[in-house]
Amino acid sequence: MIRTPLRPLARILHARATGANPDAIERENLRQRHEVIRDRARGRAQLRLLFLCMCFFSAFTVVGARMGMLAASEPMEPRTAGTGVNIAQGRADIVDRNGRVLATNMLTHALYVQTKDLIDPARVARELAAIFPELDAATLERRFTDGRSFLWVRKVMSPEQMQLVHEIGDPGLLFGPREMRLYPNGQLAAHVLGGASFGAEGVDRAEVIGTAGIEKALDARLRDPAQAGEPLELSLDLTVQATIEEVLATGVRQYEAKGGAVILMDVHTGEIAALASYPAFDPNDRPNPLADPNAEPGDSPLFNRAVQGVYELGSTFKIFAAAQAMELGLVTPDTPINTQSLSVGKKRFSEFDNHNYGPTKTVAEVIELSSNIGTGHIALMIGGERQKPFLKSLGLLDASPVELVEAPGARPLVPKKWPDVVTVTASFGHGMSSSPLNLAAAYATLANGGTKVTPTLLHRAAPMAGPRVVSQQVAADAVMMLRRVVTDGTASMAKMDEYAIAGKTGTADKPKRGGGYYDDKVVNTFASVFPAEAPKYVLIVTLDEPVDRTGPEVRRTAGWTSVPVAAEIVRRTAPLLGLRPAIAPQPLDGLTAVKQ
Amino acid sequence: MTEMVYGSMPGRVAEPVLPRWWGTIDKWSMTAILVLFAIGLLLGLAASVPLAERNGLDPFHYVQRQAFFGGVAMAAMVAVSMMSPDMVRRLGVVGFLFSFFALALLPIFGTDFGKGAVRWFSLGFASVQPSEFLKPGFIILTAWLMAAAQDLNGPPGKLISFGIAVTVVGFLAMQPDFGQAMLVLFGWGVVYFVAGAPMVLIGIILGLAGVGGFAAYNMSEHFARRINGFLASDIDPRSQLGYATNAIQEGGFFGVGVGEGQVKWTLPDAHTDFIIAVAAEEYGLVLVLVIIALYAAITVRSLYRLTRERDPFTRLAGTGLACIFGVQAMINMGVAVRLLPAKGMTLPFVSYGGSSVIAAGITVGMLLALTRSRPQGHMGDIFRGRK
Repeated sequence: MIRTPLRPLARILHARATGANPDAIERENLRQRHEVIRDRARGRAQLRLLFLCMCFFSAFTVVGARMGMLAASEPMEPRTAGTGVNIAQGRADIVDRNGRVLATNMLTHALYVQTKDLIDPARVARELAAIFPELDAATLERRFTDGRSFLWVRKVMSPEQMQLVHEIGDPGLLFGPREMRLYPNGQLAAHVLGGASFGAEGVDRAEVIGTAGIEKALDARLRDPAQAGEPLELSLDLTVQATIEEVLATGVRQYEAKGGAVILMDVHTGEIAALASYPAFDPNDRPNPLADPNAEPGDSPLFNRAVQGVYELGSTFKIFAAAQAMELGLVTPDTPINTQSLSVGKKRFSEFDNHNYGPTKTVAEVIELSSNIGTGHIALMIGGERQKPFLKSLGLLDASPVELVEAPGARPLVPKKWPDVVTVTASFGHGMSSSPLNLAAAYATLANGGTKVTPTLLHRAAPMAGPRVVSQQVAADAVMMLRRVVTDGTASMAKMDEYAIAGKTGTADKPKRGGGYYDDKVVNTFASVFPAEAPKYVLIVTLDEPVDRTGPEVRRTAGWTSVPVAAEIVRRTAPLLGLRPAIAPQPLDGLTAVKQ
Repeated sequence: MTEMVYGSMPGRVAEPVLPRWWGTIDKWSMTAILVLFAIGLLLGLAASVPLAERNGLDPFHYVQRQAFFGGVAMAAMVAVSMMSPDMVRRLGVVGFLFSFFALALLPIFGTDFGKGAVRWFSLGFASVQPSEFLKPGFIILTAWLMAAAQDLNGPPGKLISFGIAVTVVGFLAMQPDFGQAMLVLFGWGVVYFVAGAPMVLIGIILGLAGVGGFAAYNMSEHFARRINGFLASDIDPRSQLGYATNAIQEGGFFGVGVGEGQVKWTLPDAHTDFIIAVAAEEYGLVLVLVIIALYAAITVRSLYRLTRERDPFTRLAGTGLACIFGVQAMINMGVAVRLLPAKGMTLPFVSYGGSSVIAAGITVGMLLALTRSRPQGHMGDIFRGRK
């Protein structure tokens, strides 16, 4: 670049020679340069100013256009009546293990009134009372006119009712859309699902919250917006559940029982395939809890006998004494046990109906015959300080961890002190109470080869590997003994050609509220596992106050009540569970299978 | 004859001030400003009544106050607009020094009126917000420095003015008053832009801002939530913005009718930050569009007149003043229609506020003084054979 000097030497010298001021030359050059700079700056500034003009013009145009769009749009409904805007929507569905819907949401409408907009409150009150029978016209009219501006009338409505309300045609009647919880299967699995109701309510939406069962226990999961799209998959099998509920209801009616409970559980994963309690209720229209504080909780259909029912489970416990004695190496299935007499202190124990089984029986026979004395002797060999931890390790002394909100409240009743008398009574399931679900988990441990099982209502893919409680051999021996109870002992009514069931009956007198026991009120339990050769499922059937009047004498033992119910359940559900019967079904008469 | 005998009268040889002022002023812009001020009073009749009622005053108390301050502002505007650019420069620089001094003293003597930010001096009968007066002075000073920096052997004006800008922004952010701080920074940027900021630098700054914003959006959950909340179409109808939006929708094209509006009863800032919502509700889109057109006319017309200005200082100062005036109006209205995130900023001349209206009067007075028609040396260009 050639720099042009502000003071060119030639001109300076010439100026000096002529006597002119050379500074004038510099000033003139400077002025000319400034002019060039300013012209350039002005040209650039002109462009940039025009650019700014355009920016401002378009910005103001955008603001104006946006104003126009807003002015042209409809204003929102004023929400003065709203109680909250952050109400979560979209509670997750609940489905069974095969994806069939157990609980879902349905769009419905609530009815509310803006009293200021009512034209004719008296007529509206009259016509509403005609549509909704539970409303009273006089009360409604009073509430319309007592000065309040806002009033809920109905929380949910059928489309037909909504149409009728539309036809009243009063501008003060308004509908608030909301989702309600729907249980499309009615009473099916009612005790598992529990129920739901509205929490925070707004005009345009309402929060659905669980009130019982798994809906309440897993409320946070079901309401989590992040998981709203994925349904909660339960371990229940809808078909099996329906079958079991049907058989249970028939059994309860046939044996004139107050109620009953059935649990069907996978022995390896702890998944509950079916959990039924009778009587049941409709979770869509959940009944109110019993008002009478003195009433037994079991009188309410809301009572879940399988989880909340804490019963003395009777002789079903005997197998635990036998298993522990074998685990400790005290006995083998063939060890002879005294079945003649047993006294602890002043207390003399006797057999059921004062049977006499002879001086000694083997351990297997003690279980098979359900000998109280024999089991008591085994228990005394073990001792209370070892018996209690064993029962605890099977989960029989704690509330069930299953995902139901009722479960933590149903704590087993366990004596504080554990003298020898308790050791003996506990060995045949008296003097301490636990829930049928705990019993199912304990039997599952024996049936799956000896590892602890945590019952769950959620679908699990993999078998759970709990801590080992008894050895594989002891578990196999215990199942063998249970099988003998069916083939040769008290549960002979569960013997069938198709499936090999192994189980133990239990009959316990019901305790009176004040103390002591009823003579004629029993709880019958049959705890079983099937198929006996390689157990896959544990089935507990409990009947509350059953009686069998079919025979010449009135019978109240489990062998005559719970066992036939359990047998019927296995006969009908095992094929649904994918278990092959041991023999081919008989071909129907007059038909011959065509084979090529 | 008399003159031949006594000689001519020794009269003062000076141009008549008023006719020359009237002949050279931008009459369209001045009319627009007067109309805006009238609209402000009209809206004050609607918007400030609830405030007066809350404070137990005469319903039109604030309208009277605004009329008084507005009168002062109009007088100041006319007086300032009669000045020559040199006088405007002196006034601006002196004004800047005074208001900067006042701003610096705010932490000691200022009051916050229970609003959490120390922005005001309480004078008993009225309060003064120095930052309002600081803005025009700052623009003038910046323009002066930048113009001087263009000369050969001139001072490093760009650097000095940048230092001043940072200092002022620091003081404003301390109050805190981020709205005014942004406005000051914007004014400096515009002046620098017109003064010839290199395109490369502008590109780098825009790129950095873009990258920074993108990074902040992706890295910071808080920032992303703010932006998402702003971008989301549904808003909480019980927030100030919700009420403002609802008011604009209620108003529709022709408004709900004079005095029939509801939003002024619910919005605490109906007479200042959200006065455009009151206008939209009571008078409808028609009046809002008129207001927007007036602001656009003043800004764009002033900028356009400045494209022909030859004097660098006049051009730069005028640009800065016109831009902060226009941008303040634009931000205020942009917030009301949710084009911009919420930021408390008054609508010049229309919003209630003594400091605000007088400072706006001085600002547009300076602007009018700088945009007056002046000989621009076209003839010289022609003689020298330039375009």
